[in-house]
Amino acid sequence: MSPAQWDLPPELCCRPMAFVALTGLDVVYNAIHRAIWDAFCTNRRADRVPISFKVLPGDHEYPKCRTKRTSYEWYIPKGILKTGWMNKHLNLVPALVVLFYELDWDDPQWKEKQSECATKVEIVRTSLQGRNTKVAVVLIQKKTPLPPGEDLVASERASALCGACDLSGKSLFVLPHTDHLVGYIIRLENAFYEHAQTYYYNEIRRVKSHKEFLNKTTHQLLFVRHQFKMGFFSELKQDTQNALKYYRTAYSLVHELRAHETNMLEIKTMAGFINYKICRLCFQHNTPLDAIAQFRKHIDLCKKKIGSAELAFEHTAWMSKQFQSFGDLFDEAIKLGLTAIQTQNPGFYYQQAAYYAQERKQQAGQLCSHEPGVGYPAPDPLETPTGALDFYGQRPWRQGHQSIDPPDSEKEKQGILALQVKERDVLHSELIIALLSNAVAQFKKYKCPRMKSHLMVQMGEEYYHAKDYTKALKLLDYVMCDYRTERWWSLLTSILSTALKCSYLMGQVKDYITYSMELVGRASILPEEQKSRIEKNLIKVLMNEVPEPEPDCDPASVKMAQSLWSDRISLAGNNEFTIEVQDYVPFVQCKAKFLYPSFHIDEPVQLHVYVRADCPHPVRFSKLCVSLSNQEYNQYCLLEDASKEQDILEPSTQENMCLVPGKTRKYCFKFVAKTEDVGKKIEITSVGLMLGRETARYVYLNWRGGWGDAASSHETLQASRSFKRRTRLPEQQLDWDTVTIQSSTMIISRVPKISVQLTHEPPALTNEMYCMIVTIQSEEDTVAKDIKLTAGLKPGQDANLTQSTQITLNGSEVCDDSHPALLPDIPLGDLQPGQKIVKPLYIHCVSTGSRILLFHVAYSVSATVEGKDITCKCHKDETVTLETVVPFEVAMKFVSSKFEHLERVFVDIPFLLMMDILSASPWPIELVNSEVQLASSMTAIDQPQSQVEGVTLQTSECASECFLLKCPPVQNGTSTVASGHYFISWKR
Amino acid sequence: MAVCIAVIAKENYPLYIRSVPTQGELKFHYTVHTSLDVVEEKISGVGKALADQRELYLGLLYPTEDYKVYGYMTNSKVKFVIVVDSSNTSLRDNEIRSMFRKLHNSFTDVMCNPFYNPGDPIQSKAFDSIVSTMMVQAF
Repeated sequence: MSPAQWDLPPELCCRPMAFVALTGLDVVYNAIHRAIWDAFCTNRRADRVPISFKVLPGDHEYPKCRTKRTSYEWYIPKGILKTGWMNKHLNLVPALVVLFYELDWDDPQWKEKQSECATKVEIVRTSLQGRNTKVAVVLIQKKTPLPPGEDLVASERASALCGACDLSGKSLFVLPHTDHLVGYIIRLENAFYEHAQTYYYNEIRRVKSHKEFLNKTTHQLLFVRHQFKMGFFSELKQDTQNALKYYRTAYSLVHELRAHETNMLEIKTMAGFINYKICRLCFQHNTPLDAIAQFRKHIDLCKKKIGSAELAFEHTAWMSKQFQSFGDLFDEAIKLGLTAIQTQNPGFYYQQAAYYAQERKQQAGQLCSHEPGVGYPAPDPLETPTGALDFYGQRPWRQGHQSIDPPDSEKEKQGILALQVKERDVLHSELIIALLSNAVAQFKKYKCPRMKSHLMVQMGEEYYHAKDYTKALKLLDYVMCDYRTERWWSLLTSILSTALKCSYLMGQVKDYITYSMELVGRASILPEEQKSRIEKNLIKVLMNEVPEPEPDCDPASVKMAQSLWSDRISLAGNNEFTIEVQDYVPFVQCKAKFLYPSFHIDEPVQLHVYVRADCPHPVRFSKLCVSLSNQEYNQYCLLEDASKEQDILEPSTQENMCLVPGKTRKYCFKFVAKTEDVGKKIEITSVGLMLGRETARYVYLNWRGGWGDAASSHETLQASRSFKRRTRLPEQQLDWDTVTIQSSTMIISRVPKISVQLTHEPPALTNEMYCMIVTIQSEEDTVAKDIKLTAGLKPGQDANLTQSTQITLNGSEVCDDSHPALLPDIPLGDLQPGQKIVKPLYIHCVSTGSRILLFHVAYSVSATVEGKDITCKCHKDETVTLETVVPFEVAMKFVSSKFEHLERVFVDIPFLLMMDILSASPWPIELVNSEVQLASSMTAIDQPQSQVEGVTLQTSECASECFLLKCPPVQNGTSTVASGHYFISWKR
Repeated sequence: MAVCIAVIAKENYPLYIRSVPTQGELKFHYTVHTSLDVVEEKISGVGKALADQRELYLGLLYPTEDYKVYGYMTNSKVKFVIVVDSSNTSLRDNEIRSMFRKLHNSFTDVMCNPFYNPGDPIQSKAFDSIVSTMMVQAF
């Protein structure tokens, strides 16, 4: 028996179709016959009637019909269903035999041909002796027939032929091979289909009629057999509703059978068949819930029917197959349009099938582990005379036996032994993996990522058992990260343990190290002694030694692994590994931080690295290095083991590079930043920790960004939420959770030791050359070199201010537009300690309002940091907000010589020009001079002399002066004339 | 009576899992973990259709051959999972609901403890004893 013995027979799984045999066709040599046959068998789409056609020779021998039983009185059935029965009715016994015969109505040799045809019909009939199979005749004609009733010769000869062949008129057909062959064929096959249905209808009635002869004591098996046959015939008749009814009855009858150890397999086999039929029909009728309910019932009824305990694996194999077949049916129905849901999809059935396959494997392991001396029994008890069984589900060494006890206990023993020996050779893992992978595909489809992962773990474990470690590791490694990110440590630990075994057995050094590191660490729930064992192995591997084998490994594989590992030792190179920590939870944790978010250039940058181990034993590392965004500093952040002896097995706890479990160690680094890095950010790009030795084998743990593995972010969050008061730790010890992260720092310039003072008298007056005195005093200890002053309008203000502000060093003349708003880098030379520079600046504001002025003093100074001389650039900024106001207002009017207000002036009549100057300045204003420059249309009568010269106006005081003028005659009467310009020179 | 009771954090990691010691502990962990697929699917559906309903009981998550897995989710998205033996047919839906309610009450007490940091594994004697009353007693 092959492993496929549990597969359902194909004749059970197919869709039964009416079987019609075609005879008299020579499809090899006759082109017309070939065309007819092709028309029958090609293009059988769903819209054509379900018939399976077969071409048979005219003298074909059909299976013999046994003589009909007249009484069941002395008949004792030997089994439920014969193994050949379904195939017989699908492929051997036709419902209808059609005889094709070439004969035209006007054939000259009509008489001879008629009798030849009759003979052929007779031959077929004889062969079908005792069967109810119908016979039909199709005349292949060259001529197109006339409409019915018009051809008198035809109807006469037709009835003659019917008489000669003993046919009813309904069984004689004419097939003209003209243009419309396919059309004729379709009409023919529809007629055949009707005949076939009648045949199957009669068969059902025939089987049903047996019932009255049966009695319930001796004929129990027949009740099941007959119901099954009626169901099957109904299916052939395409009456699936009744088929379902018959099968359901058969199903309940099969469970009423007296079950004992000897016939348990037969009962289960038939129950499985009938269940399969019922479920299939339910899916076909689009009632999937009925199918599921039937299947559940089936499983519940059969679960406990284990049968012989020595062959318990047979039961689990059968159970597995039940689930698998149902899964297949379910999946097929989905492909035809059924919608499944997350909690009810074929995956569950494949999963359960896999579960039973695993059980089977386990039972086989227990039941089939015979002594090595026990061989396959001879003669083969599984051999039968025909090479096959007569009845489904029976034992080959006692076919047809239906009583409770086996007829021959010795034979029984041999038979069981034979089955056990066979079972030993079954590749269980392959079966299990195939089922699991089916299930994985389903669960992937129905959004069950966790179920999928779980099944993949099982697959991986099965591959491990099957010694395919590469595939096992691939699967396990793939799903591991899902469990890690979801923080299911118990499951992760279990997967890692299997993965570690695989990597050990394959001698995969890097994987071995990676898994060990995680199994030893805090994400692992392994007991302490296991962790301790793994850590010791890990240290061995790092010393390039052969690790101890993992427990419970296959001894043969361990032997292989040991030689693999010893090969690894001699292998030079390939002994350095880098593990990116963020993908794992290794047993060493690291946090690196800058002490402050910024450092001045004249102080050393300080960096602390905290390292902690969670393994059971202290561990030594040989290198700790920090990589920074500017790699030039890396050399200062490096801790290397000076001693080169190989003594990592005996770490002394006092040592600097030894990590004691549970204690946090702090490593401090400092370096002097480069002056070109002022204003730049320095980041920790990674921290590397080297375990092992360069001389042997070593692994770099690499923390990107200087901290954190796959579990850290959650832990940090939990720690930050915690209300727990930190327990005071003794001196020198740190609480890991309180260490915060500062992974970057800014380098900022040195604090200037210089004072910048501004002396001025606000507010400024419009158009005034406003004086501002800048006093720079050095408080440096050394000489401040290269002092440069940048002064003026602070950039970034209103654009109009830039137009209306000018600054200059020269106060003796008024600025114009050519002067800038900001004077950059005015060199002021060097400044000795304590010395000061006074620098006046003049600002010319054309418009009123407030503006911000900036005074930026830059210089460089030498400094010594950590014994290093550097030149620091320092700068100090002072800003001041300056208000600008109007100094005075000027009003003018024309009055007569009597000081009367004038709307207009008259030619040649003198008048007075009055000027009023009203001071708005908070400061006294001295009017230096005033002057009128008259236009040509006006002349002064006396010398226009300033009357306000030298007058000082206090706030809101007013000064007035007047000029006597007249207008010379103008050409054309009245007109508007210009009077001239009025200039005032003033200062505060 | 339950064979396994679990409390799962909002982020789907276990806060508490207890199962009967007679059968493989790991198997129950897998059962609870895989049941989260159904929980996620259920709550994503509830969010759409039954947003206003305050039903915390998620019902039968999925039946396996040997066990029935029931789910419950608090308003803070902490999940409770109860696994019962499939052979235990006497257990009604109502009883499962009341088990969940009891569990929820006890969980609330745990949360009210000022010394408990939400998100940490539950280590409470009171909670333990409540769970014990709902578990199948080991023989």
